[in-house]
Order: sequence, then structure tokens, then C-alpha cells
Amino acid sequence: MVKGKVVALDGAKAVAEAMRQMNPDVVAAYPITPQTEIVQTFSQFVADGKVDTEFIPVESEHAAMSACVGAAAAGGRVQTATTSAGMALMWEVLYVAASTRLPIVMHFVNRALSAPLNIHCDHSDSMGARDAGWIHLFAENAQEAYDNAIQSVRIAEACMLPVLHTQDGFIISHGVERLQILPDQAVKDFIGTYKAEHPLLDTDHPIMVGPVDLPDFYTEHKRQQVDAMEKAPQVIRRVGQEYGTLTGRTYGLVEPYKLDDAEVAIVVLGSTAGTSKVVVDALRGKGVKAGLLKLRAFRPFPAQEVAVALRDKVAVAVLDRSMSFGGQGGPVFLETCAALYNGGGRARAINYIYGLGGRDTTPDQIERAFQEILNISTPGKAPVDADQSERGRQSPG
Amino acid sequence: MAKQPGWKDIPIGGLILEGGTAVKYETGSWRSNRPVLDKNKCTNCMLCWVFCPDSAIVVRESKMLGYDLEHCKGCGICARECPVKAITMVEETKFREGSNG
Repeated sequence: MVKGKVVALDGAKAVAEAMRQMNPDVVAAYPITPQTEIVQTFSQFVADGKVDTEFIPVESEHAAMSACVGAAAAGGRVQTATTSAGMALMWEVLYVAASTRLPIVMHFVNRALSAPLNIHCDHSDSMGARDAGWIHLFAENAQEAYDNAIQSVRIAEACMLPVLHTQDGFIISHGVERLQILPDQAVKDFIGTYKAEHPLLDTDHPIMVGPVDLPDFYTEHKRQQVDAMEKAPQVIRRVGQEYGTLTGRTYGLVEPYKLDDAEVAIVVLGSTAGTSKVVVDALRGKGVKAGLLKLRAFRPFPAQEVAVALRDKVAVAVLDRSMSFGGQGGPVFLETCAALYNGGGRARAINYIYGLGGRDTTPDQIERAFQEILNISTPGKAPVDADQSERGRQSPG
Repeated sequence: MAKQPGWKDIPIGGLILEGGTAVKYETGSWRSNRPVLDKNKCTNCMLCWVFCPDSAIVVRESKMLGYDLEHCKGCGICARECPVKAITMVEETKFREGSNG
């Protein structure tokens, strides 16, 4: 295990620091709040000669992802960063990156989508892109954002899939925290060197990237993507283990917290997992068998882990920081319910939409959600009607 | 047509790993109209060869010999451009075995 250096950084600067240590071949990015601090900090590293990266200050996020696709097809190690509307503008090219099987890493910050205009955190942006073929990793704090940034490169290159790792806008990206960063050489050794199998710039072996794909082969290429995503969990676990050997911080697809003997549990991802752990501790102090399942990977969705972790619970509350208008719940809820159903679980599940547009989610609200699932799990006690708030029907607050 | 390769047999990401592969893709199956050459009218001016977008005009020793029907999509450009109207487009069904057309 190497000795890390304890520093005080916000999540955005922590990720920029990881980028400096990784020294990617190409970074193409456009500034957008609250991600700006990542590319701004990194561009300073470029200007100061601290990295060898070719930094492409593009005219839009559509161009950013397009430049990433070109650079990755050429054989480079390529990264970008964006959030919210920036990702929305990348939309078309997100699919091109994934379907062309380019191991691009996106340092992402979660922010609400317009309208009304809002620059604060929710997960609508990346959740909207959950079917684009990218791997999605969520961080609970700045330490995890830093750690995920470094692991993402290894995961992307092993799976030949692009990886998006995210942190909650402002809450993590602009909250200064204590974290450990690795020595530069340890990061360099961990990510190793990348040699693309079929780089476009290998003129001795000319290839074609991005040709038209007609009905006779398009399905086969989608099937290959399914296969890559099915193999991704073992890669994520392997890289997380290896990172744990290096740092003492081991990562998997999910993180159960006081879950083994829990009767009721909350399923959550992102920074609210931290808030929820505080509540779990408080409830445990009162003798309530409360637990938590934090999702680190949302794509691939760790269905088996979720089913095994939750199937013997009486009731679970699934927290979603985004909406699926007209759907039967938020994306985390729908995936969790499907995992429980397919895994033969008997747990009853209730969905909470929380924290939209950066609204604070307090321990009190999490505790109230726990109280509701405790009521659900108590015979004779009818579930409380979801309308608990004059401020919004689906909010626990 | 030969059995198509499956998803495990083809390069990932839609990559094409060598040049000159278009010849293996038999676009002739797309054709609904087939060009038919009247050799008595043809002057071997080669305008059809110039215009054909699929390189499907077979030429040897400066003579227009006919069509590569495995790749001709039946677009009709050769017939449209032929200055002596030596090419006519005929419905593909008329060539099929057992066709009443």
C-alpha cells in the first residue's frame, strides 16, 4: 500500500488533480457550471506545462465529444468533462462514442436540466443518458470522485466502453473535503500505458471507423455492446480490488452499510448516501434495524448484488434524484424493483424523489422515509399516503 | 447468399479492418430494376462507366461488356446518361425463374 497525501480539495479540483496525474493524450472540453472548475483547473496545468496533454478548447459540447471520438479512434487516451445542458448537447455523440467502443473517460458533475434554469444538483442529466452505452459510476464524496476518476481509465480500456464517473454538483464539486491523493508515480503505474488495438493513425494497417451499418449487422454490433456491458461488472470489481490493494480503499459495484441484519433499507447513490449513513447510525442507536445500500455503478446496473442484498428485507425506500415523467418511478426505483422481481425478492419498495434542482436533503427527511417504510413493514399499519408535503407530493420533506 | 457472420465473428465498434471490402458486400440484391444493354446501339463511349456510382460496368479492352449484377443496385443512372439510349431499365421480376412478368 502506498502512502497517500492528505489534502483539502473540493471534488472538482480533486478530479482535475487526478487528470494531471493521469496525463491523458487529449482532453477536449467546454466550460459549464458546475463542471467549469475541472477543465479550468486542468487547462491551467496544461498552460503551466505540468502535463503533455493536447487540450482542445472546443466551441460546444457536441464538438467536445466529437473531438474525443476522433482522438480516441486515433488511438489516444482521451478525457473530457461536462454537466447538465453540456451533456444534453453531447447527446448524439455519446452514442457514437459507446457504439464505436472508444474508452473515453468523462469526468461528470450532476446538475439539473432546464427549464426553469437551475445550476444545482440533481441526476436528471446523466440518468437521461443511461441507455447510451456508457458505464456510469457515482461518488459519495470528493475522495470517491478522485478514486473513481483514476479507476475509470482502467475500466474503460479493459471493457472498451466509455466511462462516465460523476459527483454531485456543488455538494461534492464545490465542497472542500479532506481526502488522500496518491503520489504521481503510483497513479502512473496504476493506469499503465494504453495501446489501442486498431488505432486510426496506424497507416500500415488502414481501417475504417464509423461506416454505415445496415439491418444485416447493426443488431450484431448492439449485441456486442450488451456482451461488453455484461462483462463490465467483473472488470469494475477487479480494478476496485486492485485499487484497494494500492490505497486501502476497495471498490465494488455496491456498498452495503449495516445491511446484513437490517429489516428496512434505503437504496441511494451519490452524496445523499453519506447523509443516509448518519441516519442509519442514529436509528441503530435507537434499536431500529435500519440499513443502507449505496449504488456505485448504475450502468451496468448491479442487479444481482441488489437482489441478494435486499431480497430478505421487509421494505425498502429507493431514493431518486431525478424524475421519469410518466414512468412508474425514478430510474433507480425502476431498476431496483426489476432486480427484486427477477431475483425473487419479497421486499416492498417505495420511491422518493428528492433533492431536485439542488434542494437540500436533510437527515430529518431521510429519517421520515425510514419511518414510512417501518410503517409499511408493520402489520396493521397502513402505508402513509405519499403526500407528506405541501411543497411536493413525492418528496419526503 | 452465404451464411452471415455472427456477433462474435465481426470486429467490435463497426470497425472495418482492411481495405477493398466493398466488393464482398453484394448490393445487387437491392436492385428492383436491371439495366439491359443493346450492344447494337452501344458506341463504347464509356459514359456509363464514368457515371456508375457502384463501379458495376464491366469493361475490358475499351469495350463495354455488361454489368456486375452482384453490385449493380439498379439506380438507372447509366440508362439516363447513355447518349445513344443503348441501356433500358427492366423490372427485376421479369428475370426471375417462373415469373409471369
